[in-house]
Formats: sequence, C-alpha cells, structure tokens
Amino acid sequence: MMYGYAWDTSTPLTFALSILPILGFGLLVTLQAAAVGYAIALVLGLVLALLRRSRIKAISWTVAGFTEFVRDTPLLVQLFFLYYVLPDFGIVLPAFMTGALALGLQYSAYTSEVYRAGIGAVPRGQWEAATALNLSRLLVYRDIVVPQMIPRIVPALGNYLVSMLKETPVLSVVTVLDMLGLANMIGERTFEYLVPLSLVGLIFLPMTLICSALIYLVERALPKSGIPLR
Amino acid sequence: MNPIIRFQNVTKRFGALTVLDNFNFEVQRGEKVTLIGPSGSGKSTVLRILMTLEPFQEGLLEIDGTSYHEPNGRGPFKASEQHLHKIRSNVGMVFQSFNLFPHMTVLRNIVEAPVAVLKMKREEAESRATELLRMVGLSDKKDHFPSQLSGGQQQRVAIARALAMRPRVLLFDEPTSALDPQLVGEVLGVIRDLAHEHDLTMLLVTHEMRFAREVSDRVCFFDKGRIVEQGEPNRFFSNPQQPRTREFLSSILGEQGAPRESLKRAP
Repeated sequence: MMYGYAWDTSTPLTFALSILPILGFGLLVTLQAAAVGYAIALVLGLVLALLRRSRIKAISWTVAGFTEFVRDTPLLVQLFFLYYVLPDFGIVLPAFMTGALALGLQYSAYTSEVYRAGIGAVPRGQWEAATALNLSRLLVYRDIVVPQMIPRIVPALGNYLVSMLKETPVLSVVTVLDMLGLANMIGERTFEYLVPLSLVGLIFLPMTLICSALIYLVERALPKSGIPLR
Repeated sequence: MNPIIRFQNVTKRFGALTVLDNFNFEVQRGEKVTLIGPSGSGKSTVLRILMTLEPFQEGLLEIDGTSYHEPNGRGPFKASEQHLHKIRSNVGMVFQSFNLFPHMTVLRNIVEAPVAVLKMKREEAESRATELLRMVGLSDKKDHFPSQLSGGQQQRVAIARALAMRPRVLLFDEPTSALDPQLVGEVLGVIRDLAHEHDLTMLLVTHEMRFAREVSDRVCFFDKGRIVEQGEPNRFFSNPQQPRTREFLSSILGEQGAPRESLKRAP
C-alpha cells in the first residue's frame, strides 16, 4: 500500500495494473525534475556560452574551465557531491531541488557547447552589418545572433531533452521518489522486482518518443532564417 | 575647412603582412572619393578600419575631429563601447555581400537600428523607412524577406538601411561585385542619386571604372598599401602619370572598354 493504492500480486497483469497509479506519482516527479533541470540547462547554458565569449580573459577562462570540468565528470558524482557536501557549507536543499540542480548543471555544460556552435555559425557579415549599424554588443546578440541561431540549435537541444529525461532515474539514489525510486520500494516490499522495473522502462519509451516527435514538429515549424525575439 | 576623415601615418598589419604602410589620406566633407586598385592593395581595409571592423597598429585616425583613440591614449580597439559608439555614429557601410538580416522583413531591417540605437519612435522610423524604400525604388517590397529579393534589390535595401542611421560618411565596399551583370545598373543608379547629396561624404571601393569616373570628385589608385596616384577623375583616367596606374587601368579597361548596359540609369 502506497499513496492509498494497494497492490495485487496474484498475477503479473493485476500486479502491473495495481501499481500503475503509484508509478503515476513517480512519473509526475520525473517530469517535474526534467522540466526544472531542462529550464536551468537552457538558460544557464546560454549564459555560460556568452560569458565564454567575454573579452575579459579571467571570465572566459573560468567559464571554460567550469564547463569542461562539469562535462567531463560523471553526473552521479556531481549529484552525490551536491547532496552530501553542500550541507557542509550550510546550503541545504530538498532532495528534489538538489537532483534537478545537478541535472541542470550537467546539461548546461552540454547546451553551452550547442549555443557556442550556434553563435559561431552566424556568418561574420551579420556581425559586421550589426556593428556598422552601431548596435551595442548586447543588441547584436539579442536582435541578430540569438534569433538566427535558434533554428540551428533546436535539434541538438532537443536531443539533450530526451537524454536528460532518460537520466532522471539517477535522482532516486538521493531519495527522490521518482518512478524508479517507487518501483524499487514496491520491489522491496513485495519481493517482486520484475514487473515494477519493466513497467518503468515501458513508461519511458512512449515518453521519449513523444518528446522526439514534439521536437521534430518544433523544428519544422521554425522559419529557417530565424525568429525575431521582439 | 577641416577634413572629415584624416589618416595620419596609419600602419595596419595582419600578422607579418603590412596592409597599410604609413598611410596618409584626407577626405573633405561632402567629397565623393573612389578607391581603386588590385585586390590586396589595402583599399577595402581603409573602409573596414573606418567602420571599426579592423584595428590598426600605428598612427592616428580622426573622423569629424574625433580620434579613434580615446583621450586617455588607449588604442582604437581597446576603446570603450561608448567611444566606439560615438565614432560609428558618423559612419555607415554597404557591404559586398549585402548582409541583410535574413530573419527580418525589409522594413524591419531598416527600422531596427534607428529604433534600438537612435531611440526613434517606431512609427517615425517606419515612415522614414518607407520614404527611403521609395527612394531606392522598392516601396512594394517592404514586407518581403531578404531571401525573396534579387541581389540588386537586397543591395538597394542595404543602402536604405545604412542611410536610415543618417551617417555623415557612407562607405561602399565593392557594392556591385557580388551581383549578376544585369543587376549592377539598378544599384549604381541608386548610388549615383546619392552622389548628388552635397553633405554626404562617400568612399567607394569599386571595379566599375566608368562609374567611378562619372560620380566621383577624386579617384585614388592603391597599390601595396599606399596611394600611388590620385586626382580628378577625367584627368586621372585620360592621363595617368604613374606606370603602375597605366598598367592597372589598361588591364581593367580592356575588359570594360565597351559601354555597358549596366551603366544606364535604373528605372
């Protein structure tokens, strides 16, 4: 019995149906974690990419070092680090927030590279024309560069969304009750792991497929030349 | 009267290559100057330095009395955004490859900078843009995107866009070199009309010799980072003094000897 739902282990099918509502609560947590993490990754990634292009060497090198470090160390290690070490510095976050933050940080390092490539792909002539029109650096990014790079980076950013969604179960190791966490608990209580774990895998499949389809639709809907932000 | 542009002993290097060597050059207010010469002779670099797209290593450069160096002695490319902003407010540029913003309509391309930089009201900017579009003969294209226009039309929009910022100095960097031959005329027609504006100073890098002769007050021949010869166009073309100039002119006029369709006035 969890969240008011009892399980029925008489046959695999009844077992699966009876724990489905419980896993539904986990699905909600999974989606929330992915949403928060992805939002962090999208915004922070852009900030990192822009800072990395700063003319002030101290800033660009620090950001480059941070990005490489985060990219090249395992998510699980970072997650443990945030969960167990941050409280030593007086920063105590709920497990869910810690998990979403870890996902967001790791993926912001990935998305910053996507943004960086996207910025680099905007032709030099566009920068020069914007400079000739006396647009400040901020305006060049806001009005010319970012709008033009969006259609180019949507596919790569979409891949990271799918990939992040699939990585959310890592959060269960820091006590977040996502689908995997709940399936694990059901297993511990019923000594039946096969059905709950298979079910978790089965639920992920349509989710990622739907995600990929949505990204494809967005990709097709965006004008190739870019979208003005204002 | 003070010249509006003054290069004093400017040296510009790309690595080991010296593109401008102790370069001295002055342009008077309202003057129309054509820069010609073989590729790599430094003529485009002069425009790009003026537009602050390239730094230079030595010498002084002034536009309308303002030095490209900041008063505290910092170099033109270590200058603050405010200082660069002040310099650029005098200058506009038309590029060989047009460089219109592909994600904006024609109108938006023209209106963007006046609204964002000059803080002009959008309605006012749009009515001025409409006026400029009429001037370049593209009133009916304001809601089109650049990709829907021909090269000649794109370049005319680019000219309107540069003019919308009310520059005192307008730079043309080979404005017709990327165009199909039958589209050259419409762009030259617009530039020719502009050449009648008394207050506008124009620097034009081009390979269209007949056009240069027709619109400019002065022609400068560049070779290896220096001005080898310059003068009033009729004298310059009919009686060039330097052997290098003669050689260049005969090579290029050989190709352009016959009157070109492209030089007729645009409709």
